[in-house]
Amino acid sequence: MQKYSIFSLIKNAFSNHENWEVAWKDPKPKKEYDVVIVGGGGHGLATAYYLAKEHKITNVAILEKGWIGGGNVGRNTTILRSNYMWDANGLFYEYGMKLWENLSQELNYNVMYSPRGIINLAHSDAQLNVYSRRGNSMRLNGIDAVMLSRDELKKMIPFADFSSSSRFPIFGGLMQPRGGTARHDAVAWGYARQADSMGVDIIQHCEVTGFDIRDGKIQGVQTSRGNIKTKKIGLCVAGSTSLLAEKLNIKLPIESHVLQACVSEPVKPFLDHVVTFGAGHFYCSQSDKGEMVMGGDLDGYNSYAQRGNLPTLQHVLSEGVAMFPNLSRLKMLRTWGGIMDMSMDGSPIIDKTHIEGVYLNCGWCYGGFKATPVSGWTFAHTIAQDRVHELNSKFRLDRFNTGHLIDEKGVGTKTWIG
Amino acid sequence: MLEIKCPYCGKRSQNEFSYGGDANVKRPALGKEVSDKEWDNFVYLRKNPRGNHSELWHHVAGCRKWFKVSRDTLTHEIYNTEKLNEEF
Repeated sequence: MQKYSIFSLIKNAFSNHENWEVAWKDPKPKKEYDVVIVGGGGHGLATAYYLAKEHKITNVAILEKGWIGGGNVGRNTTILRSNYMWDANGLFYEYGMKLWENLSQELNYNVMYSPRGIINLAHSDAQLNVYSRRGNSMRLNGIDAVMLSRDELKKMIPFADFSSSSRFPIFGGLMQPRGGTARHDAVAWGYARQADSMGVDIIQHCEVTGFDIRDGKIQGVQTSRGNIKTKKIGLCVAGSTSLLAEKLNIKLPIESHVLQACVSEPVKPFLDHVVTFGAGHFYCSQSDKGEMVMGGDLDGYNSYAQRGNLPTLQHVLSEGVAMFPNLSRLKMLRTWGGIMDMSMDGSPIIDKTHIEGVYLNCGWCYGGFKATPVSGWTFAHTIAQDRVHELNSKFRLDRFNTGHLIDEKGVGTKTWIG
Repeated sequence: MLEIKCPYCGKRSQNEFSYGGDANVKRPALGKEVSDKEWDNFVYLRKNPRGNHSELWHHVAGCRKWFKVSRDTLTHEIYNTEKLNEEF
């Protein structure tokens, strides 16, 4: 594999950038693989990469119905954070943050990790108390957390509404300084390129249509490009998990919902951090191109359509305008929707199943992108060793039976409310 | 924008309604021994089809009645809305 560097850039400039190697190949599916990963999104690609790198399993195929990175890894708002209160979440996502910090070097691909800090605004004394509790829990787990006063915030985000007429005055905030953003497409492409170079077959436009199971063991998969034998299969198909699980006779505590996001026209530097509104559900950051990247609530009804409706967008952006009044002057450039696996406690599932050789990675709700490295890392471990790692030992499917839920948001089973 | 036909009030915009989820969830009968599995099914497991979905909606900014909608989750097309029948 050609190494990307300033020297390769200069060298290729002399040939008008026409002689770059392809970043990953386009192989035909083989008859048999040691592991088949269904879904060529961020999590699937990361899983294949860590299978090859950490566990030396390189006879791996990624089967992708469309093209890699065309689903939620290309449809999110690129935010990274580990500002969780519960241990299960905090330790898991913090391990992920550590992977993010070195990811560009590791993949030899600039994922543009930008630790610009994520600020959660508080709009009442009670909310400040809740945030200090969360901040303290984070620090006990070794995660960085800082409480910010109203005066400090005035200096950091001067365009927020600090006026006396504000409907939701800003009392203070909780900040995770190492939180931030990364370029989502680069994450998918970087993992794909490295996985491919270690021997993983990335097979695009290949839909899984059925599974071959005998005596409670997986034998292979049926696809739109022929049958493939395998002893182990990992599902990384957030949004469509229920559909594939149904073919395996597995019922999951998951509903599919559409989540919209949008970007404005590009403007000059205006916001240096990721900021979330505390009196509703809205968050925004500014991309390197100058666009405001914004998101908020689900549309609120089961959906497999990768597009949403205007009332939700209007609701979300009205919260944005309450937070940053001058957003109202911006024109919208693009809006899009992605399908979320909304699990019944708001936390993911990374686990084995009752079928030998079938592994599940699903239920990411709003938060799949930031988990891409750690999800791939723990899922690769679970597949390779046939047991969960300590980091994902709480994200098991049977927690809904045993009552050990990880209900960080405490919204109950009405997934669309969260 | 979804246009939902409330069986009591007629066609209104989606802003007047709130969602209630899978319409076919059945609570285990009262006064009967309920296994953990049955309870788990009732609380956490939902139908999640791509296509026709039977669901509950609440005309919360209107007549405040609950009713049943059959809607396509891929196209968002609404096929039918009906009042909840007695045994529901």
